[in-house]
Amino acid sequence: MATTKKKAAAKWPAQIFKTLKDADIAQVSYVPDAGHAELIKACLADNRIKTTRLTTEEEGIALSLGAWLGGDRSALLMQSSGVGNCINMLSIIQETRSPLLMLVTMRGEWGEFNPWQIPMGQGTARALEDAGMIVYHVDDADDLADTIYAASQIAFNSYRPVAVLIGQKVIGFKDWRK
Amino acid sequence: MAAKKKITLNRRDVVSRIVRDRGDVLIVTGLGSTTWDAAAAGDHSNNFYLWGGMGGAAVTGLGLARAQPDRRVIVLTGDGEMLMGIGSLATIGVAAPKNLAVCVIDNQHYGETGMQETHTGHGVDLAAMAAAAGFAHTGTAWTKKDVEAVIPHLYETEGPVFIDIKVNTDYVPMVLPLRDGTAIRGRFREAVLGDRAHD
Repeated sequence: MATTKKKAAAKWPAQIFKTLKDADIAQVSYVPDAGHAELIKACLADNRIKTTRLTTEEEGIALSLGAWLGGDRSALLMQSSGVGNCINMLSIIQETRSPLLMLVTMRGEWGEFNPWQIPMGQGTARALEDAGMIVYHVDDADDLADTIYAASQIAFNSYRPVAVLIGQKVIGFKDWRK
Repeated sequence: MAAKKKITLNRRDVVSRIVRDRGDVLIVTGLGSTTWDAAAAGDHSNNFYLWGGMGGAAVTGLGLARAQPDRRVIVLTGDGEMLMGIGSLATIGVAAPKNLAVCVIDNQHYGETGMQETHTGHGVDLAAMAAAAGFAHTGTAWTKKDVEAVIPHLYETEGPVFIDIKVNTDYVPMVLPLRDGTAIRGRFREAVLGDRAHD
């Protein structure tokens, strides 16, 4: 993003990366989002994390199941608009009662300029909850690392799908006047 | 579009022939006919049967192959299932897992929903798409002789391997494997991970 209300060099992407390492995440798959850019870079630079670039988000659901079947913990990164692509594929996680850790950067909520982002952004949490996921929404950067760690514990110890929504308030929004 | 060739292979014969050589290979099957085919060929704890998540079989195989780089992983799925997750060919081509083979049992129809035709009966060449996506080895089999020729690629050739096998639409009886998803994944993880399965 060209300009944001938040500082560009925020600490939270590095904190998320450390949290993923602490949670023994071995595979990370992603469809890019500006909000995840720093985290994706860190994952690509870590030769102990197997990264997979996806063409669409639902691939990451199936990939996460396959990874766990083979003994790897994984995390799936996407933007909120990608959540809509995942709904049917989430059924394979539910029916096998398998872990899923999804980190979703939000659009279409706090200060959004692009009206086309609003429909999916406003429906993201409800869509995931309707699909049976446990959903945490974080608006304070200081809460992110703890929340993601807690989410990883529920996912991998209690075998449940968990999404952490990283609010647009944390990421900052494009100010189109500048 | 190439002229249509007569297709004589029976899907059950093909899948039985493939799994005969399975050894300790891990097999992921896609919704739905390939799940029944694998069950008909003989249930096995190294089989992970998908009964849903259409379009997800190949990438489930990718996640498994990356987690178990020393094990061979074969995905057996249908043409309709593969088409629904067609982007995963690009994902697998780029990820380039050496131990993954994707085998499409291609009857050119949606077998579970009333035998409507799929794109593969209208000129779409899945093996060519896989090759264009960067798969290390690709091929299409039309005859028993072709099947014998592609089987070593499924098991041994450095991947990712993609093989499309053209089969006919002759009636085959339903043979259903385990249906409970938690049971399927529990049994599979025990087979693959032993004591680690319940960590």
